[in-house]
Amino acid sequence: MTGDAPILEDDLQAYVDGRLPEARRTAVEAYLAQHPDLRERVAAEMRQRASLRGQLEGKFAEPVPPRLWVANIQAARRAGAMRRLRAVAAGALIFAVGAGAGWLAADREIVASSSRPAPTTAVAQNASAAYRTFVVEVAHPVEVASAQEGHLLQWLSRRLGKPLVAPDLTPYGYKLMGGRLLPGNGSAAAQLMYDDASGKRLTLYVRAAEGSETAFRFQREGDAATFAWIDQGFGFAVTAPLAREELMPIAEAVYRRFGSVSSSN
Amino acid sequence: MADPGPLIEPHIPALRRYAFALLRDRDRADDLVQDTLERALSRWLLRRADGDVRAWLFTILRNLHVSSWRRDRRRGAVLALDEAAMPAVAARQDAALEIHDVLAALDQLPEEQKSLLLLVGVEDFSYDDAARILGMPIGTVMSRLSRARQRLRAIVETGKVALLRRVK
Repeated sequence: MTGDAPILEDDLQAYVDGRLPEARRTAVEAYLAQHPDLRERVAAEMRQRASLRGQLEGKFAEPVPPRLWVANIQAARRAGAMRRLRAVAAGALIFAVGAGAGWLAADREIVASSSRPAPTTAVAQNASAAYRTFVVEVAHPVEVASAQEGHLLQWLSRRLGKPLVAPDLTPYGYKLMGGRLLPGNGSAAAQLMYDDASGKRLTLYVRAAEGSETAFRFQREGDAATFAWIDQGFGFAVTAPLAREELMPIAEAVYRRFGSVSSSN
Repeated sequence: MADPGPLIEPHIPALRRYAFALLRDRDRADDLVQDTLERALSRWLLRRADGDVRAWLFTILRNLHVSSWRRDRRRGAVLALDEAAMPAVAARQDAALEIHDVLAALDQLPEEQKSLLLLVGVEDFSYDDAARILGMPIGTVMSRLSRARQRLRAIVETGKVALLRRVK
Protein backbone atom coordinates (compact mmCIF):
# COMPACT_ATOMS: atom_id res chain seq x y z
CA MET A 1 0.00 0.00 0.00
CA THR A 2 1.59 3.28 -1.02
CA GLY A 3 0.75 6.85 -0.25
CA ASP A 4 -0.15 7.55 -3.86
CA ALA A 5 -2.91 5.08 -4.57
CA PRO A 6 -6.45 6.46 -4.67
CA ILE A 7 -8.12 6.67 -1.28
CA LEU A 8 -10.79 4.00 -0.90
CA GLU A 9 -13.43 3.27 1.67
CA ASP A 10 -11.22 0.51 3.11
CA ASP A 11 -8.57 3.13 3.79
CA LEU A 12 -11.04 5.26 5.65
CA GLN A 13 -12.11 2.34 7.83
CA ALA A 14 -8.53 1.42 8.59
CA TYR A 15 -7.89 5.08 9.31
CA VAL A 16 -10.75 5.13 11.82
CA ASP A 17 -9.17 2.10 13.48
CA GLY A 18 -5.73 3.66 13.45
CA ARG A 19 -4.34 0.79 11.44
CA LEU A 20 -2.84 2.53 8.45
CA PRO A 21 0.89 2.65 7.92
CA GLU A 22 2.35 6.09 8.41
CA ALA A 23 2.63 7.01 4.72
CA ARG A 24 -0.89 5.91 3.93
CA ARG A 25 -2.29 7.70 6.94
CA THR A 26 -0.68 10.94 5.81
CA ALA A 27 -2.22 10.47 2.38
CA VAL A 28 -5.66 9.89 3.89
CA GLU A 29 -5.34 12.97 6.05
CA ALA A 30 -4.38 15.07 3.06
CA TYR A 31 -7.34 13.70 1.20
CA LEU A 32 -9.72 14.38 4.06
CA ALA A 33 -8.45 17.92 4.32
CA GLN A 34 -9.83 18.48 0.85
CA HIS A 35 -13.14 16.78 1.52
CA PRO A 36 -14.83 18.37 4.52
CA ASP A 37 -17.95 16.18 4.36
CA LEU A 38 -15.93 13.06 4.41
CA ARG A 39 -13.71 14.47 7.11
CA GLU A 40 -16.73 15.13 9.29
CA ARG A 41 -18.06 11.63 8.69
CA VAL A 42 -14.75 10.01 9.57
CA ALA A 43 -14.44 12.19 12.66
CA ALA A 44 -17.90 11.08 13.80
CA GLU A 45 -16.99 7.44 13.33
CA MET A 46 -13.80 7.89 15.30
CA ARG A 47 -15.71 9.68 18.03
CA GLN A 48 -18.24 6.88 18.26
CA ARG A 49 -15.55 4.27 18.28
CA ALA A 50 -13.84 6.06 21.14
CA SER A 51 -17.16 6.49 22.99
CA LEU A 52 -17.91 2.83 22.75
CA ARG A 53 -14.52 1.91 24.12
CA GLY A 54 -14.91 4.45 26.87
CA GLN A 55 -18.33 3.14 27.86
CA LEU A 56 -17.01 -0.38 28.14
CA GLU A 57 -13.79 0.47 29.93
CA GLY A 58 -15.39 0.18 33.34
CA LYS A 59 -16.64 -3.30 32.53
CA PHE A 60 -13.19 -4.38 31.49
CA ALA A 61 -11.66 -3.00 34.68
CA GLU A 62 -14.08 -4.77 37.01
CA PRO A 63 -12.65 -7.57 39.09
CA VAL A 64 -13.65 -10.93 37.68
CA PRO A 65 -16.32 -12.48 39.92
CA PRO A 66 -15.36 -15.78 41.58
CA ARG A 67 -17.83 -17.81 39.56
CA LEU A 68 -15.78 -16.96 36.47
CA TRP A 69 -12.45 -17.97 37.95
CA VAL A 70 -11.02 -20.80 35.93
CA ALA A 71 -10.03 -22.68 39.07
CA ASN A 72 -13.61 -22.60 40.33
CA ILE A 73 -15.04 -23.73 37.03
CA GLN A 74 -12.50 -26.53 36.90
CA ALA A 75 -13.44 -27.55 40.43
CA ALA A 76 -17.11 -27.66 39.45
CA ARG A 77 -16.24 -29.76 36.43
CA ARG A 78 -14.34 -32.16 38.62
CA ALA A 79 -17.23 -32.34 41.03
CA GLY A 80 -19.29 -33.29 37.98
CA ALA A 81 -16.78 -35.98 37.15
CA MET A 82 -17.01 -37.19 40.72
CA ARG A 83 -20.78 -37.33 40.48
CA ARG A 84 -20.45 -39.43 37.35
CA LEU A 85 -18.02 -41.65 39.15
CA ARG A 86 -20.49 -42.08 41.97
CA ALA A 87 -23.36 -42.62 39.62
CA VAL A 88 -21.77 -45.50 37.90
CA ALA A 89 -20.49 -47.91 40.37
CA ALA A 90 -17.38 -46.89 41.92
CA GLY A 91 -19.09 -45.82 45.08
CA ALA A 92 -18.01 -48.77 47.03
CA LEU A 93 -14.64 -48.87 45.34
CA ILE A 94 -11.34 -49.77 46.63
CA PHE A 95 -11.75 -48.07 49.92
CA ALA A 96 -14.89 -49.78 51.04
CA VAL A 97 -13.96 -53.36 50.75
CA GLY A 98 -11.45 -55.72 52.10
CA ALA A 99 -12.73 -56.56 55.52
CA GLY A 100 -13.10 -60.25 55.83
CA ALA A 101 -12.11 -60.86 52.28
CA GLY A 102 -9.56 -63.36 53.28
CA TRP A 103 -7.47 -63.38 50.18
CA LEU A 104 -4.58 -62.08 52.12
CA ALA A 105 -4.72 -65.10 54.38
CA ALA A 106 -1.42 -66.79 54.92
CA ASP A 107 -2.24 -69.72 52.74
CA ARG A 108 -3.21 -67.62 49.75
CA GLU A 109 -1.14 -68.38 46.77
CA ILE A 110 -0.36 -66.44 43.70
CA VAL A 111 -2.05 -68.37 40.99
CA ALA A 112 -0.80 -69.10 37.56
CA SER A 113 -2.28 -67.14 34.69
CA SER A 114 -3.92 -70.06 33.01
CA SER A 115 -5.60 -71.47 36.07
CA ARG A 116 -8.07 -68.64 36.70
CA PRO A 117 -11.43 -68.03 35.06
CA ALA A 118 -12.47 -64.99 33.09
CA PRO A 119 -13.43 -62.17 35.49
CA THR A 120 -10.02 -61.60 37.00
CA THR A 121 -8.41 -61.97 33.62
CA ALA A 122 -10.68 -59.30 32.22
CA VAL A 123 -9.86 -56.92 35.06
CA ALA A 124 -6.16 -57.49 34.57
CA GLN A 125 -6.46 -56.92 30.84
CA ASN A 126 -8.53 -53.77 31.26
CA ALA A 127 -6.07 -52.47 33.81
CA SER A 128 -3.17 -53.27 31.60
CA ALA A 129 -4.77 -51.54 28.63
CA ALA A 130 -5.57 -48.48 30.73
CA TYR A 131 -2.04 -48.47 32.00
CA ARG A 132 -0.60 -48.56 28.50
CA THR A 133 -2.91 -45.77 27.41
CA PHE A 134 -2.21 -43.31 30.18
CA VAL A 135 1.20 -44.13 31.48
CA VAL A 136 2.71 -42.58 28.39
CA GLU A 137 0.64 -39.41 28.78
CA VAL A 138 2.97 -36.54 29.45
CA ALA A 139 0.57 -33.61 29.52
CA HIS A 140 -2.49 -35.25 31.06
CA PRO A 141 -1.65 -38.43 32.88
CA VAL A 142 -4.50 -37.86 35.34
CA GLU A 143 -7.90 -36.23 35.16
CA VAL A 144 -8.05 -35.23 38.80
CA ALA A 145 -4.70 -34.24 40.20
CA SER A 146 -3.58 -35.29 43.64
CA ALA A 147 -4.16 -31.70 44.73
CA GLN A 148 -7.84 -32.67 44.75
CA GLU A 149 -7.21 -35.82 46.74
CA GLY A 150 -8.84 -34.32 49.82
CA HIS A 151 -11.94 -33.53 47.83
CA LEU A 152 -12.08 -37.02 46.37
CA LEU A 153 -11.58 -38.78 49.68
CA GLN A 154 -13.93 -36.48 51.53
CA TRP A 155 -16.65 -37.29 49.11
CA LEU A 156 -16.05 -41.02 49.30
CA SER A 157 -15.91 -40.84 53.07
CA ARG A 158 -19.24 -39.11 53.15
CA ARG A 159 -20.75 -41.61 50.75
CA LEU A 160 -19.48 -44.56 52.68
CA GLY A 161 -19.71 -43.22 56.18
CA LYS A 162 -16.10 -44.20 56.74
CA PRO A 163 -12.96 -42.18 57.05
CA LEU A 164 -10.92 -43.03 53.99
CA VAL A 165 -7.39 -42.61 52.79
CA ALA A 166 -5.71 -43.22 49.46
CA PRO A 167 -3.17 -46.01 49.71
CA ASP A 168 0.13 -44.50 50.73
CA LEU A 169 2.87 -46.03 48.62
CA THR A 170 5.67 -43.69 49.62
CA PRO A 171 7.42 -46.50 51.50
CA TYR A 172 7.84 -48.03 48.06
CA GLY A 173 8.88 -44.72 46.57
CA TYR A 174 5.57 -44.00 44.83
CA LYS A 175 3.69 -40.74 45.17
CA LEU A 176 0.06 -40.22 44.19
CA MET A 177 -0.28 -38.16 40.99
CA GLY A 178 -4.07 -38.24 40.81
CA GLY A 179 -6.76 -40.25 39.16
CA ARG A 180 -9.12 -40.51 36.28
CA LEU A 181 -12.44 -42.03 35.35
CA LEU A 182 -12.53 -44.60 32.55
CA PRO A 183 -15.14 -46.69 30.84
CA GLY A 184 -14.87 -50.20 32.18
CA ASN A 185 -16.78 -53.20 30.99
CA GLY A 186 -20.15 -51.50 30.68
CA SER A 187 -19.78 -49.34 33.75
CA ALA A 188 -17.06 -47.10 35.07
CA ALA A 189 -13.54 -47.71 36.18
CA ALA A 190 -11.20 -45.60 38.26
CA GLN A 191 -7.49 -45.38 37.74
CA LEU A 192 -5.23 -43.90 40.38
CA MET A 193 -1.76 -43.12 39.15
CA TYR A 194 1.44 -42.92 41.16
CA ASP A 195 4.96 -42.18 40.16
CA ASP A 196 8.36 -42.54 41.72
CA ALA A 197 11.30 -40.16 41.70
CA SER A 198 12.53 -41.50 38.39
CA GLY A 199 9.13 -40.95 36.77
CA LYS A 200 8.23 -44.64 36.74
CA ARG A 201 4.46 -44.93 36.94
CA LEU A 202 2.22 -47.30 38.81
CA THR A 203 -1.54 -47.51 38.53
CA LEU A 204 -4.28 -48.83 40.70
CA TYR A 205 -7.32 -49.77 38.64
CA VAL A 206 -10.75 -50.51 40.03
CA ARG A 207 -14.08 -51.33 38.51
CA ALA A 208 -17.20 -53.26 39.28
CA ALA A 209 -16.74 -56.93 38.49
CA GLU A 210 -18.63 -60.12 39.06
CA GLY A 211 -17.13 -63.08 40.78
CA SER A 212 -15.85 -63.88 44.20
CA GLU A 213 -12.29 -64.89 43.61
CA THR A 214 -9.99 -63.84 46.33
CA ALA A 215 -6.72 -64.87 44.74
CA PHE A 216 -4.33 -62.78 42.76
CA ARG A 217 -3.86 -63.20 39.12
CA PHE A 218 -0.51 -62.16 37.72
CA GLN A 219 -0.06 -60.99 34.17
CA ARG A 220 2.72 -59.39 32.24
CA GLU A 221 2.37 -57.42 29.01
CA GLY A 222 5.65 -56.08 27.77
CA ASP A 223 7.18 -54.14 30.65
CA ALA A 224 3.97 -53.84 32.55
CA ALA A 225 3.27 -56.33 35.30
CA THR A 226 -0.21 -56.54 36.79
CA PHE A 227 -1.63 -58.11 39.88
CA ALA A 228 -5.42 -58.34 39.72
CA TRP A 229 -8.05 -59.71 42.00
CA ILE A 230 -11.77 -59.54 42.55
CA ASP A 231 -13.36 -58.83 45.84
CA GLN A 232 -16.90 -58.05 46.95
CA GLY A 233 -18.15 -57.03 43.57
CA PHE A 234 -15.10 -55.07 42.51
CA GLY A 235 -12.10 -55.89 40.44
CA PHE A 236 -8.74 -54.44 41.43
CA ALA A 237 -5.47 -54.29 39.62
CA VAL A 238 -2.05 -52.87 40.40
CA THR A 239 0.13 -52.33 37.36
CA ALA A 240 3.72 -51.15 37.09
CA PRO A 241 6.86 -51.85 35.05
CA LEU A 242 8.30 -53.97 37.83
CA ALA A 243 9.39 -57.51 38.46
CA ARG A 244 6.73 -59.71 39.95
CA GLU A 245 8.42 -59.88 43.32
CA GLU A 246 8.82 -56.10 43.42
CA LEU A 247 5.17 -55.53 42.62
CA MET A 248 3.81 -58.13 44.99
CA PRO A 249 4.56 -56.30 48.27
CA ILE A 250 3.02 -53.13 46.84
CA ALA A 251 -0.19 -54.94 45.93
CA GLU A 252 -0.29 -56.37 49.42
CA ALA A 253 0.29 -52.96 50.96
CA VAL A 254 -2.58 -51.58 48.95
CA TYR A 255 -4.82 -54.26 50.29
CA ARG A 256 -3.64 -53.86 53.84
CA ARG A 257 -4.23 -50.15 53.74
CA PHE A 258 -7.80 -50.55 52.63
CA GLY A 259 -8.32 -53.49 54.88
CA SER A 260 -7.21 -51.50 57.89
CA VAL A 261 -9.48 -48.64 56.96
CA SER A 262 -12.41 -50.97 56.65
CA SER A 263 -11.63 -52.90 59.76
CA SER A 264 -11.08 -49.78 61.83
CA ASN A 265 -14.78 -49.07 61.57
CA MET B 1 0.85 -30.57 33.06
CA ALA B 2 -0.71 -27.97 30.76
CA ASP B 3 -3.12 -26.11 32.98
CA PRO B 4 -5.38 -24.03 30.74
CA GLY B 5 -5.97 -21.53 33.54
CA PRO B 6 -3.01 -19.23 32.91
CA LEU B 7 -3.78 -19.20 29.18
CA ILE B 8 -7.47 -18.44 29.58
CA GLU B 9 -7.57 -16.12 32.58
CA PRO B 10 -5.97 -13.07 30.98
CA HIS B 11 -8.85 -12.91 28.49
CA ILE B 12 -11.75 -13.05 30.91
CA PRO B 13 -12.11 -9.28 31.43
CA ALA B 14 -12.36 -8.80 27.67
CA LEU B 15 -14.84 -11.67 27.33
CA ARG B 16 -16.99 -10.07 30.02
CA ARG B 17 -16.81 -6.76 28.21
CA TYR B 18 -17.86 -8.29 24.90
CA ALA B 19 -20.66 -10.28 26.51
CA PHE B 20 -21.91 -7.24 28.35
CA ALA B 21 -21.91 -5.16 25.20
CA LEU B 22 -23.90 -7.86 23.43
CA LEU B 23 -26.45 -8.40 26.18
CA ARG B 24 -26.40 -5.19 28.25
CA ASP B 25 -27.31 -7.25 31.27
CA ARG B 26 -24.75 -7.99 33.96
CA ASP B 27 -25.94 -11.39 35.02
CA ARG B 28 -26.80 -12.72 31.62
CA ALA B 29 -23.45 -11.51 30.36
CA ASP B 30 -21.60 -13.35 33.08
CA ASP B 31 -23.74 -16.43 32.44
CA LEU B 32 -22.61 -16.30 28.85
CA VAL B 33 -18.98 -15.95 29.89
CA GLN B 34 -19.35 -18.85 32.30
CA ASP B 35 -20.85 -21.02 29.57
CA THR B 36 -17.97 -19.98 27.35
CA LEU B 37 -15.35 -20.95 29.89
CA GLU B 38 -17.01 -24.28 30.59
CA ARG B 39 -17.15 -25.03 26.91
CA ALA B 40 -13.55 -23.95 26.47
CA LEU B 41 -12.32 -26.17 29.30
CA SER B 42 -14.25 -29.15 28.03
CA ARG B 43 -12.76 -28.68 24.57
CA TRP B 44 -9.34 -27.54 25.61
CA LEU B 45 -7.63 -30.56 24.12
CA LEU B 46 -9.57 -30.26 20.89
CA ARG B 47 -8.51 -26.74 20.04
CA ARG B 48 -5.82 -26.16 17.47
CA ALA B 49 -2.65 -26.19 19.47
CA ASP B 50 -1.12 -23.43 17.36
CA GLY B 51 -4.26 -21.33 17.41
CA ASP B 52 -4.80 -18.05 19.18
CA VAL B 53 -6.54 -18.72 22.49
CA ARG B 54 -8.12 -15.29 22.61
CA ALA B 55 -9.74 -15.58 19.18
CA TRP B 56 -10.83 -19.12 20.03
CA LEU B 57 -12.52 -17.99 23.24
CA PHE B 58 -14.29 -15.13 21.49
CA THR B 59 -15.47 -17.52 18.80
CA ILE B 60 -16.98 -19.81 21.41
CA LEU B 61 -18.66 -16.95 23.19
CA ARG B 62 -20.08 -15.53 20.03
CA ASN B 63 -21.36 -18.88 18.81
CA LEU B 64 -23.03 -19.56 22.15
CA HIS B 65 -24.58 -16.12 22.05
CA VAL B 66 -25.94 -16.57 18.56
CA SER B 67 -27.35 -20.02 19.24
CA SER B 68 -29.01 -18.93 22.48
CA TRP B 69 -30.40 -15.89 20.75
CA ARG B 70 -31.90 -18.12 18.09
CA ARG B 71 -33.35 -20.36 20.77
CA ASP B 72 -34.88 -17.39 22.55
CA ARG B 73 -36.33 -16.14 19.36
CA ARG B 74 -37.96 -19.48 18.64
CA ARG B 75 -39.51 -19.26 22.07
CA GLY B 76 -40.63 -15.75 21.33
CA ALA B 77 -38.67 -14.39 24.25
CA VAL B 78 -37.13 -11.58 22.30
CA LEU B 79 -39.45 -8.77 21.46
CA ALA B 80 -38.85 -6.99 18.22
CA LEU B 81 -38.48 -3.30 18.78
CA ASP B 82 -40.60 -1.30 16.49
CA GLU B 83 -38.70 1.86 15.93
CA ALA B 84 -41.74 3.64 14.57
CA ALA B 85 -43.52 3.11 17.87
CA MET B 86 -40.79 4.81 19.82
CA PRO B 87 -41.42 8.31 21.05
CA ALA B 88 -39.33 10.99 19.49
CA VAL B 89 -36.45 12.00 21.65
CA ALA B 90 -35.16 14.94 19.71
CA ALA B 91 -35.21 17.07 22.82
CA ARG B 92 -32.44 15.02 24.34
CA GLN B 93 -30.34 14.97 21.28
CA ASP B 94 -27.11 16.68 22.11
CA ALA B 95 -23.44 15.90 22.26
CA ALA B 96 -23.60 14.38 25.73
CA LEU B 97 -26.40 12.12 24.62
CA GLU B 98 -24.37 10.93 21.70
CA ILE B 99 -21.43 10.12 23.93
CA HIS B 100 -23.50 8.10 26.33
CA ASP B 101 -25.65 6.30 23.93
CA VAL B 102 -23.30 4.69 21.48
CA LEU B 103 -23.58 1.46 23.41
CA ALA B 104 -27.36 1.72 23.36
CA ALA B 105 -27.30 2.61 19.68
CA LEU B 106 -25.31 -0.51 19.05
CA ASP B 107 -28.28 -2.53 20.24
CA GLN B 108 -30.20 -1.54 17.19
CA LEU B 109 -27.73 -3.11 14.83
CA PRO B 110 -28.02 -6.68 13.65
CA GLU B 111 -25.91 -8.96 15.81
CA GLU B 112 -23.26 -9.44 13.16
CA GLN B 113 -22.67 -5.73 12.74
CA LYS B 114 -22.69 -5.24 16.46
CA SER B 115 -20.12 -7.96 16.98
CA LEU B 116 -17.95 -6.70 14.17
CA LEU B 117 -17.81 -3.20 15.65
CA LEU B 118 -17.00 -4.60 19.07
CA LEU B 119 -14.36 -7.07 17.92
CA VAL B 120 -12.58 -4.57 15.71
CA GLY B 121 -13.23 -1.31 17.48
CA VAL B 122 -13.12 -2.36 21.12
CA GLU B 123 -11.30 -5.66 21.32
CA ASP B 124 -8.72 -4.69 18.70
CA PHE B 125 -8.90 -7.91 16.74
CA SER B 126 -7.35 -7.77 13.31
CA TYR B 127 -9.80 -7.62 10.43
CA ASP B 128 -8.91 -11.18 9.50
CA ASP B 129 -9.40 -12.50 13.02
CA ALA B 130 -12.71 -10.70 13.35
CA ALA B 131 -13.86 -12.26 10.08
CA ARG B 132 -12.87 -15.71 11.28
CA ILE B 133 -14.59 -15.28 14.62
CA LEU B 134 -17.76 -14.19 12.88
CA GLY B 135 -17.49 -16.77 10.13
CA MET B 136 -17.59 -14.21 7.33
CA PRO B 137 -15.46 -14.17 4.19
CA ILE B 138 -12.33 -12.17 4.95
CA GLY B 139 -12.75 -10.16 1.77
CA THR B 140 -16.06 -8.77 2.96
CA VAL B 141 -14.95 -7.45 6.34
CA MET B 142 -14.10 -3.91 5.31
CA SER B 143 -17.31 -3.28 3.44
CA ARG B 144 -19.34 -4.77 6.28
CA LEU B 145 -17.47 -2.63 8.74
CA SER B 146 -18.18 0.42 6.66
CA ARG B 147 -21.87 -0.39 6.53
CA ALA B 148 -22.02 -1.06 10.26
CA ARG B 149 -20.39 2.27 11.07
CA GLN B 150 -22.61 4.06 8.66
CA ARG B 151 -25.66 2.57 10.29
CA LEU B 152 -24.45 3.27 13.79
CA ARG B 153 -23.75 6.85 12.82
CA ALA B 154 -27.23 7.23 11.45
CA ILE B 155 -28.77 5.85 14.62
CA VAL B 156 -26.73 8.02 16.91
CA GLU B 157 -27.20 11.13 14.82
CA THR B 158 -30.93 10.82 14.47
CA GLY B 159 -31.20 10.35 18.19
CA LYS B 160 -33.59 7.47 18.12
CA VAL B 161 -31.64 5.77 20.74
CA ALA B 162 -32.26 7.13 24.14
CA LEU B 163 -35.51 5.46 25.03
CA LEU B 164 -35.11 2.19 23.26
CA ARG B 165 -33.27 0.64 26.11
CA ARG B 166 -33.04 2.00 29.56
CA VAL B 167 -29.55 2.08 30.89
CA LYS B 168 -29.36 -0.60 33.50
